[in-house]
Amino acid sequence: MLALRLSAYTVVSALGAGLDATLAALREQRSGLVRKPWETVALDTCIGEVDGLDSFALRDDLARFDCRNNRLAQMTLECDGFAAAVRAAIARHGATRVGVFLGTSTSGILSSEIAFREHERTPAQGLWATHDYRRTHNTYSVGDFVRTYFDLRGPAWVVSTACSSSAKVFADAQRMIATGLIDAAIVGGVDSLCLTTLYGFNSLQLVSHAPCRPFDAQRDGISIGEAGAFILVERADDARAGDIVMRGIGESSDAHHMSSPHPEGLGARHAMQAALDMAGLVPADIGYINLHGTATPSNDAAEDKGVSALFGTATACSSTKGHTGHTLGAAGGVEAIVCALALTHGFAPGGANTREVDPRLASHYLIENADMPGLRHTLSNSFGFGGSNASLLLSKVEDGQ
Amino acid sequence: MSAPFKVHLAGIGMFGPALAGWEQGRAVLASDAPFVPAPAPLPPAEALPPAERRRIGVPVKLSMAIGFEAIRQAGADASRLANVFSSTGGDCDNCSAILEVLATEERAVSPTRFHNSVHNAPAGYWSIATHCMAASTSLCAYDATFAAGLLNAAGQVAASGEPCLLMAYDTAYPEPLYSIRPIPHPFGVALLLTADAASGPLASLRLDLTADAPDTLTDAELEALRRSVPAARALPLLRRLARGERGRVVIDYFDDLALAIEVGA
Repeated sequence: MLALRLSAYTVVSALGAGLDATLAALREQRSGLVRKPWETVALDTCIGEVDGLDSFALRDDLARFDCRNNRLAQMTLECDGFAAAVRAAIARHGATRVGVFLGTSTSGILSSEIAFREHERTPAQGLWATHDYRRTHNTYSVGDFVRTYFDLRGPAWVVSTACSSSAKVFADAQRMIATGLIDAAIVGGVDSLCLTTLYGFNSLQLVSHAPCRPFDAQRDGISIGEAGAFILVERADDARAGDIVMRGIGESSDAHHMSSPHPEGLGARHAMQAALDMAGLVPADIGYINLHGTATPSNDAAEDKGVSALFGTATACSSTKGHTGHTLGAAGGVEAIVCALALTHGFAPGGANTREVDPRLASHYLIENADMPGLRHTLSNSFGFGGSNASLLLSKVEDGQ
Repeated sequence: MSAPFKVHLAGIGMFGPALAGWEQGRAVLASDAPFVPAPAPLPPAEALPPAERRRIGVPVKLSMAIGFEAIRQAGADASRLANVFSSTGGDCDNCSAILEVLATEERAVSPTRFHNSVHNAPAGYWSIATHCMAASTSLCAYDATFAAGLLNAAGQVAASGEPCLLMAYDTAYPEPLYSIRPIPHPFGVALLLTADAASGPLASLRLDLTADAPDTLTDAELEALRRSVPAARALPLLRRLARGERGRVVIDYFDDLALAIEVGA
């Protein structure tokens, strides 16, 4: 199966804007989760908010797209020279041969939440005439925004499979490049804070009052965060030593329940096995697993069963949701980049906030950073509502490959 | 413009106004009589356990109606079939109800409404109903949602050699969003795609991107349906299939890009 080179990538989350800020926070095991008021939300919870979005201005020609989600998209595109790398790829391949496949769960729904609230307070017909549903709320909005930002003319869509969305888009890019229709793609995802997810997860009693503690004996729910993550992928034919490549991705469904994982982590296990099979690797080859690790009691228990059934109890793993919060539809992209940083800098990040690993969980969960200068292969898990699972296998290219 | 790739068609499902199933749809599309759209009742989602059936809305019933029709036609096993759900709005009734609750003082969102709010909720119910653990994705490309779904599903077939079921469906928001995004009729189309002619005997579909203008329909009502519902952008392809005609058909993707499909034996 076709391997993809991660030619450029960048991320913005509660840990900061760009790779350096993210790497520093991982090195320090710093959490970006803070108990603070946000918008009009009156919930006792901690959030992973990105600084500066309220005052961020979209490029003038893109003003119609203005909403929190697309502000976060543009802020992310403009970090780490990512936009310049995309423009160079467009110059190499042509505007029709660069695809856009992004993930989100709630897109810019906050704009409709605010419109409904304003309408409730002061019913005015004019409100709806100025509400740009298409370019803000609609699930495709962020795909349209990025495609327009670069004036691209190739295929595009937005995957919305809840919290696996921005992992699954790597598979879409791989398949579209394999068909020969395109040569490169922008993948990743953007999800931003909104009332739907804050009050929705709260209604399911899945939100912690404290910063979330994945795999901790005392874990009691998620913390919601927001993030943007973009990755430019191309064929890995001319990958050089030190490059990060995607060698495998596995997708599966739980076929079990809409909002609870399969209790034995069976769907998760299928996805991880499929990623290994595509890469032609065995469990012992994987040096670090970035877990989905949302910090709800049942999610972590199910994932632990799936991971330990396949990998045993020796493979180092952690969740970085204690750092960033659960960034939902952006989590797969964010955590792919965490794995790319781990491979590039030769270390496995220990979880933040987790103090005592739940003794009922079998996996080798890291609560401290671990130096791994020889780290070659990582796996990143992303699972979502509706039983949607994805597992992404990234590798570092060695000399002589 | 690019390199075309080919998949085969093993089954078709369809549901829309006066288009309740592919048999009826084929007759309508093969005929030159004026099309008169009339609402059709959706069959209940009998594949779901009764407890789940109570929680679902129109998108789940619609996607199951078209998905199972395509599978029955092909004699395929739903429990092993990778699938792609493509829709511009997901469950619009459910989304609108949440937005209304969030506009109140209490903001008491129902947990069931919340887990049904994910774009992939119909895919989740499908996997539960069919006990299918294969890969499933759910996507959106606003008006371009059908072409995006077809490219995605065909790309999966080409990459894996395994069949893949595309279910493209759209339903309407209630007001006030209806006026901003009017979808006049629920409409859905399912295509069961396979890698070889033996398992996909209905037709071959050779896909390529093009800058050519998309085909339109001469019947005014059918053309209105094509233009107003993203999933109905499939109609020029379905009309070709209904008439048993071969040749090239161009369907809408974006303003600057279309999907060319060479329909062959």
